[in-house]
Amino acid sequence: MDITTKNPDTTPPAAPEPPTAEQKRAARGATRPGDRIFLGLSRGSGILLLAVMAAIAIFLTYRAVLAISEDEGNFLTTFEWNTNLNPPSFGIAVLAFGTIVSSIVAMVIAVPVAVAIALFLTHYAPRRLSGPISYVIDLLAAVPSIVYGLWGALILVPNMNGLFGWLNDYLGWTGIFSWEEGAPRSMLTVGILLAIMILPVITNVSREVFRQTPRMNEEAALALGATRWEVVRIAVLPFGRSGVISASMLGLGRALGETMAVATVLSPSFLIQASLLDPGGGTFAQNIAAKFGEANEFGRDALIASGLVLFVITLLVNGAARAIIARRAEYSGANA
Amino acid sequence: MSTVVAEKPGSLQGARLPKWFPYALAGGSVALGIGISFAAGLDSNIQWGLIAAILFIVGTYVIATRVEGKRQAKDRIATSLVWVAFLLAVVPLVSLVWTTVARGVKVLDVYFLTHSMGVVADTETGGGIYHAIIGSLEQVGLATLMGAPIGVLTAIYLVEYGRGKLAKAVTFFVDVMTGIPSIVAGLFILSIMLQFDMEPFGFAGSLALAILMMPVVVRSTEEMLKLVPNELREASLALGIPKWRTILKVVLPTAIGGITTGIMLAVARIAGETAPVLLLVFGNPFINNDPFEGAQASLPLYIYQQYGGGVETSYDRAWAASLTLIAFVMILNLGARGIARWKAPKTGR
Amino acid sequence: MAKRIDVSGLSAYYGSFRAIEDISMTVEPRSVTAFIGPSGCGKSTFLRTLNRMHEVTPGGRVDGKVMLDDENLYGAGVDPVAVRREVGMVFQRPNPFPTMSVYDNVAAGLRLNGSYKKSELSDVVEKSLKGANLWNEVKDRLNKPGSGLSGGQQQRLCIARAIAVEPNVLLMDEPCSALDPISTLAIEDLIGELKERFTIVIVTHNMQQAARVSDRTAFFNLAAVGQPGKLIEIDDTERIFSNPSVQATEDYISGRFG
Repeated sequence: MDITTKNPDTTPPAAPEPPTAEQKRAARGATRPGDRIFLGLSRGSGILLLAVMAAIAIFLTYRAVLAISEDEGNFLTTFEWNTNLNPPSFGIAVLAFGTIVSSIVAMVIAVPVAVAIALFLTHYAPRRLSGPISYVIDLLAAVPSIVYGLWGALILVPNMNGLFGWLNDYLGWTGIFSWEEGAPRSMLTVGILLAIMILPVITNVSREVFRQTPRMNEEAALALGATRWEVVRIAVLPFGRSGVISASMLGLGRALGETMAVATVLSPSFLIQASLLDPGGGTFAQNIAAKFGEANEFGRDALIASGLVLFVITLLVNGAARAIIARRAEYSGANA
Repeated sequence: MSTVVAEKPGSLQGARLPKWFPYALAGGSVALGIGISFAAGLDSNIQWGLIAAILFIVGTYVIATRVEGKRQAKDRIATSLVWVAFLLAVVPLVSLVWTTVARGVKVLDVYFLTHSMGVVADTETGGGIYHAIIGSLEQVGLATLMGAPIGVLTAIYLVEYGRGKLAKAVTFFVDVMTGIPSIVAGLFILSIMLQFDMEPFGFAGSLALAILMMPVVVRSTEEMLKLVPNELREASLALGIPKWRTILKVVLPTAIGGITTGIMLAVARIAGETAPVLLLVFGNPFINNDPFEGAQASLPLYIYQQYGGGVETSYDRAWAASLTLIAFVMILNLGARGIARWKAPKTGR
Repeated sequence: MAKRIDVSGLSAYYGSFRAIEDISMTVEPRSVTAFIGPSGCGKSTFLRTLNRMHEVTPGGRVDGKVMLDDENLYGAGVDPVAVRREVGMVFQRPNPFPTMSVYDNVAAGLRLNGSYKKSELSDVVEKSLKGANLWNEVKDRLNKPGSGLSGGQQQRLCIARAIAVEPNVLLMDEPCSALDPISTLAIEDLIGELKERFTIVIVTHNMQQAARVSDRTAFFNLAAVGQPGKLIEIDDTERIFSNPSVQATEDYISGRFG
């Protein structure tokens, strides 16, 4: 960067004479005490962060091993969670199933709606509406999950009866949508609530991606005689695809680890069932919150073991999202 | 002349449906949907809504295809779907805000804010959130005291000094940390407490919250520091000012608005976290001012426990506490955005 | 194919700001008409009013009449989407769709307009790429991304994409300003060939280019910054560059601008 063009006021001292030796020393960094302390502090913080990550991995693994080594059942396939028995028997099969099912339901609902809202904000909404709505969505992303949970349990659940009855009447034969008239505290309700919760996140990221669509590509489509939808289809969506995928993965990461909203809404049980409408099942995070109160030390270790599995799953999902973002960065750089 | 033009394919004068067409069709579809439902004796709201929606979409497609052609018809369908998605999403969000406010104001008053749940059973009226506010403020405050400086310093390291393997590793693990579910952060501290046989106390929650806060602060601070133009640093260094003073006196003041915003948003986020607090702080109906000794309450945890009370009076308290928590989070958010707007570094962007 | 453009009393606005004022001119079919003038004089804005791209800009608005043969582009009930099919456009910076292959880029416009058989589509793509003098360079990598081509090739790809839908008019907004001299020459040669089939309007900052490629030249100017741009004169290119009838034109052409 050329200093002279941008900061004419500060150039005189930068010109030939000033103490070049000092300048070099300053640039090299830690030679004076002040520099050394400051570098030490900031580098120390970075190292501390790494140490915390290492500690998380080590402690979780250690306590998890303590629990799993005592497990009478198979940790991966057992359909129960009895840590107070002697010998104890517990497994994550139901939790893994429930976590994945509820997250899939959430994604199936949230992703198309979020993409549509992002398109609405960037390409369809009247200009005057778009700004305030984006702002409101930003704020909604900040609503604490426990509030969503309270709303889900007290407002959403009673309002699901109609939908559940209707689904059972017409789609009950599939098995997935059969319902035995229990309270609608089921995986489908959880999935819908999770969808509402991750909607702002996916919308925000997708909106930013769509907004970055090169103006000239949209104009190229327009100049070929494309309608608005065709502009979206041939210029906006292909450009934003990887961004939408990574946004969805971030949303998925949230849905997988969400605790309170699931804990308040779901009526849990330790079984795997095909129906999304009948109450039952559980998720990793929900199970931890629900079982923690009554667990003894060994029970807590078992919960830590299940948390470790959740940790690994979210790491993989987030890693995939980052990889996609990174690839996209290279790709768009090549086209800049 | 004009008739010939209108019929010639590829002419500019495509037939257009009038502006009121979508509204008229929407009205017609709803009316017909309700009519059919009545006639068939269906009573669910979802049914007539669905019938109306299908009528509208099929109607749009058929009529627009005939009058305007297939491409325009698809365009119209896409437009209506996008609008429907937006309206569909508005319903739950409006409902959430509306219920929280409407039911929250019922018991939210000065008494509620200044009393604890000490001798109040879930089924009784009265009681308040004073103890929870104290707990939340102390836990979040301590978490911020730990998380914010470490986060900012790490970001300074990454932007101002960071080259080489260590910086790469830190960047990578900050990304990893961003994705940690809050309950896992709670379990981590829990595993330490189990190791050393400790009872729940407020500061344990602070530690978990700090872990959740750090990566957020690092990311936002990094962004802000990168916005500070290099010319400023070079100009200062060229004056013979040591690097640490350059960072402290030139770089940080320039970016301070954005950094503050990032920290406030991070505080807003951890203030609403329930899961780690549930595991580590445990909850306590009495006032406990000491975050280092004994179980404490916190606002999100209070909401969860009042929901668990399972009766109207405890639900009312849960809503009122939700309203308080949302208000706190929103004030932080709005304040952060305000600061971001006023103190934004004036770098042509 | 090629059609005549007849503009009368045309003004264009950005919000309340009037960018060009009361322009009238005729563009002959099967010829190249160049627009020259200082920056900000509204020549690009005017070009974009000729296929209704101006109104895509927020606040963009147009008064007046643009007749394409005997149809007014701004007449009641005219569909801007249909207009843009008739009047193609090439932009200042090459803008192939980054996610599409060379082939798909050229086929993009055709695919929008419905059902083509695969063989038909391939024929049109080949014809258009040949028409844009690009076929020999890309025939072995039709399925590679269009963004992998050089700048000059990308611009010719954009020209191929524009002519694939067989428009009546081709608008070019400084098509060579982002290219090196050799690529510029290739495009200029191409323009000379394309005018056999299309009515071509080109905006350029380069007066030698206007002299080289165009049959007629229009000079635009503005009284001062913040004032609307106006058409000063339009005439055969030879006359404009040798013996213009307005003093301002001569000043601009000879570099005595101001």
